[in-house]
Amino acid sequence: MSAAFRIITPFTDQAISGLKVGERVLLSGVVYTARDAAHKRLVETLLAGQPLPLPLSGQVIYYAGPAPTRPGQIIGPAGPTTSSRMDSLTIPLLEAGLKGMVGKGNRSQEIRQAIVRYRAIYLVAVGGAAALISKRVTKMDLVAYEDLGPEAIYRLEFLDLPLVVANDMFGGDLYEQGVAAYRDVEMLK
Amino acid sequence: MKSIQVSAVTEIVRQAVQTINFDTPVRTMARLKEVLIHEPSPAGRQAMSDIVENRAIAAEQRVPMCQDTGMVLVFVEIGQEVHLTGGTLSEAISEGVRQGYREGYLRKSVVGEPLFDRRNTGDNTPPIIYYDLVPGDQLKLTIAAKGFGAENMSRLIMLTPAQGIAEIKRQVVQCVIDAGPKACPPVIVGVGIGGTLEMAALLAKKAIMREMGQRHPDIRYAAFEEELLNLVNATGVGPQGWGGRNTALEVRVEYFPTHIASLPLAINLDCHLHRHITVVVE
Repeated sequence: MSAAFRIITPFTDQAISGLKVGERVLLSGVVYTARDAAHKRLVETLLAGQPLPLPLSGQVIYYAGPAPTRPGQIIGPAGPTTSSRMDSLTIPLLEAGLKGMVGKGNRSQEIRQAIVRYRAIYLVAVGGAAALISKRVTKMDLVAYEDLGPEAIYRLEFLDLPLVVANDMFGGDLYEQGVAAYRDVEMLK
Repeated sequence: MKSIQVSAVTEIVRQAVQTINFDTPVRTMARLKEVLIHEPSPAGRQAMSDIVENRAIAAEQRVPMCQDTGMVLVFVEIGQEVHLTGGTLSEAISEGVRQGYREGYLRKSVVGEPLFDRRNTGDNTPPIIYYDLVPGDQLKLTIAAKGFGAENMSRLIMLTPAQGIAEIKRQVVQCVIDAGPKACPPVIVGVGIGGTLEMAALLAKKAIMREMGQRHPDIRYAAFEEELLNLVNATGVGPQGWGGRNTALEVRVEYFPTHIASLPLAINLDCHLHRHITVVVE
């Protein structure tokens, strides 16, 4: 297996333009957790022309809502949630400068096209590897929407979070291309 | 006649719900590592590597393998000679779930009423309990934590006898293709054939409760399990749906007699976590 690329947030065009679908990366730096409820509030804030509670330019959002933290640990299990639920609330964030998204599962055609248009990137983590992911978190701070509990926006600092490029800025899609490459059509006839 | 205090059951369930979320049985780990070694897709190997490493971290740190710590299912096999004392068995099981999910910092993922309020019950109860009365004086529990990413991708179809094996193969393959990444492959596929509508579903769920590496005792069904596994793996869905040759860890089939006019078919998917344990209550 070839070595993974190390990438650091915030993302610049230059840093992520070299990344292609299927490539493995190790991500370090700050990401912001946000799932269904937080996305709704962020988009409403943007549409109302109000200032956002976090910087978006060049930043990465991680679709996750951490489970309870055991005393002595930095964060409870924080694996990815299904990204497609956030599809309808993503384009305004990309417009506002969001550069990367981390989650699991495939995205809609519309979002894949937006990723190309806004020169962003969608990375996926393994579903069911929450302990491993949580161990890569070096710091956790509440940023916004405390009332949402696990769905609040948290600022996480990661060291070497293992991810795979699912949608690059050239229109590639891991789910389509990956499955097609390994499907045995003859056998399924 | 054997007397068993239900408090012993509470204790067992309390420990079991934590064990299944933290620890990995030897045979399951062996199968995961086998897939890691033989998966040709680089992305698939990355997924398997993370899955295997995650298992070790969860066990060491007593942290759940996944943030979805599931809804609890308990299959109770109770011998006719057993006499239960000290309370109601179902309440004792519920209390075990309550205590285990609190002690283990596991997520509370159950809502009390599915349609109107959907308010979280706050303690991951109630569990879903099935009872089987058998000969003997043993009380045996199979305790599982079912994640719903995979559960949501399961299906139930009332086929006709004429549709037969060919349609069953087609349905199993299509189920796995439609699920794609959502069931967190590599999955365990439980197939229930026969009985009635709900019996087929229960058979599929029981198939999931088998220990890794066990084939059906009837060689026709064992061969069918192997054939279905090859077909599922030919879909190319792969680990996490990222593409690969290992989409399922195993396919298991359970059957029951059925009506002359029917061929009920249920397909229950379980994610790679495959969390369950069987304990005999002493």
